[in-house]
Amino acid sequence: MDKKIKFNTKNLDLFYGDFQALKSINMEIGEKEVTAFIGPSGCGKSTFLRCLNRMNDLIDGVTIKGEILFDEKDINGDIDVINLRTRVGMVFQKPNPFPMSIYENIAYGPKCQGMKDKTQLDTLVKESLVKAALWEEVKDRLNKSALGLSGGQQQRLCIARTIAMNPEVILMDEPTSALDPIATAKIEDLMSSLKKDFTIIIVTHSMQQAGRISDKTAFFLMGEVIEFNETPIIFTNPNDKRTEDYITGRFG
Amino acid sequence: MEAIKRKKRKEKIVEIIFLICASVAVLSVLAITFFVFYNGLAPFVTNSYPLWNFLSGVEWRPDSNLYGIFYMIVGSVFATFGAILIGVPIAILTAVFISEMASSRIGKAIRFAVELLAGIPSVLYGIFGLGIIVPYVLKISPFAQGESLLATIFVLAIMILPTVVSIAETSIAAVPKEYREGSYALGASKVQTIFRVVLPAGRSGIMTGVILGIGRAIGETMAVMLVCGNPIAGIPTSIFSQIRPLTTNIALEMGYASGVHQQLLYSTGVILFIFIMIINFTVNKLVKQKVGS
Repeated sequence: MDKKIKFNTKNLDLFYGDFQALKSINMEIGEKEVTAFIGPSGCGKSTFLRCLNRMNDLIDGVTIKGEILFDEKDINGDIDVINLRTRVGMVFQKPNPFPMSIYENIAYGPKCQGMKDKTQLDTLVKESLVKAALWEEVKDRLNKSALGLSGGQQQRLCIARTIAMNPEVILMDEPTSALDPIATAKIEDLMSSLKKDFTIIIVTHSMQQAGRISDKTAFFLMGEVIEFNETPIIFTNPNDKRTEDYITGRFG
Repeated sequence: MEAIKRKKRKEKIVEIIFLICASVAVLSVLAITFFVFYNGLAPFVTNSYPLWNFLSGVEWRPDSNLYGIFYMIVGSVFATFGAILIGVPIAILTAVFISEMASSRIGKAIRFAVELLAGIPSVLYGIFGLGIIVPYVLKISPFAQGESLLATIFVLAIMILPTVVSIAETSIAAVPKEYREGSYALGASKVQTIFRVVLPAGRSGIMTGVILGIGRAIGETMAVMLVCGNPIAGIPTSIFSQIRPLTTNIALEMGYASGVHQQLLYSTGVILFIFIMIINFTVNKLVKQKVGS
């Protein structure tokens, strides 16, 4: 079965000043799949992820060469970056709910896009929380501060906030690295239910996590993609010696 | 053994020197407070002037033994309020511009200018107000003088800028970058991010800046004295009315006053002091809240 290609990068290089953080990345990411990026710290996987919704724009001194095609349009070309970010949402490593109520956290994105209707917002907030498996826990305190939630709840709130924008792609940058195992399990369950509707790209430090949830896995090392393949192949029969060394824990 | 003892004694002496230095500020506050209150409360304790007449009077005529400061309180409050109304939005937007928008070179240049503004002696603000602002006010004023509430407000609005800008800038910079990233990742624009996330998150710090600005405005004397008109009577009825703030009342007459007149100038100081204390307590409370949250 040939899946539609959502992201396609061609010879992507990225520099922080003089330092080359990404070296000629070529990768096709399929629609409604879970793609995992693994690799040791500083290998460029988060940097690459942040290219996909142009979050690197916020950092001074970043230069990008090559193409990142999103639905066949170059996102560094003549596109509206705000529109891109509404279509490509992001969940961060550290849960970062805004210091406002649970309700307002979810309504924030849609309101920024001009949604004002109260009933429409109410429905959207509920739907998003239900999808993020958080509704039952917070339905009685929607107007309380989001900062009063536990870390795992905060992260699911951030996922709900992203879902509320109804994006096509959700980028997740080590979304469970700050959470305990139980909260992590909940988020992983959530991801497998979300992949029906969204394309998910996740950076993770946990090989087990990549193995459990992803369809495809890319192994990054020193700014290069060493290997990109179906997850079972990466974990059982990698082509490259370095991939094997990494997943068997010989370095990293 | 002897050496260790000597060393210990030396340590102790140094410690005491530090303590003495630290006490200077505390003792000064206590001394000033005592001095102002002791003299300022005397006329009411000895009944040489009724407190109510002092607080509610709208005329200050030492020759006729009339010492009412109500119109000064009103003038001080109006001038401060007006300065905050104009100065605070400018200051906050300046802080936002420096920390969120300007390139680092332009940001530095603006910050330098703001810091310089803080260092200008207040009498120079007064001269500037008298030479530039007062004539302009005169042009649009229905009265025959430019010294007015309006001129005072303008001068004070400029004077509070450095205080509010620098504190607002610090608290904006302290807003975690994760909030900004979260906002941008949801497709918010820069302006939306600033007004809906960054400023609300930095609210308590910004409020602290505003309150310190209020303190600065209400306590300012020299610059205000040159542009406010200092009338001897009358609650201000328009922004073109002259005012006589509490501070200038003291500064104008303390040099030659004596007896009850002099004591009532101290009493004016007591009122000013109470205002400042209220402001400081509010700041402390806000700062504590910030730490708590």
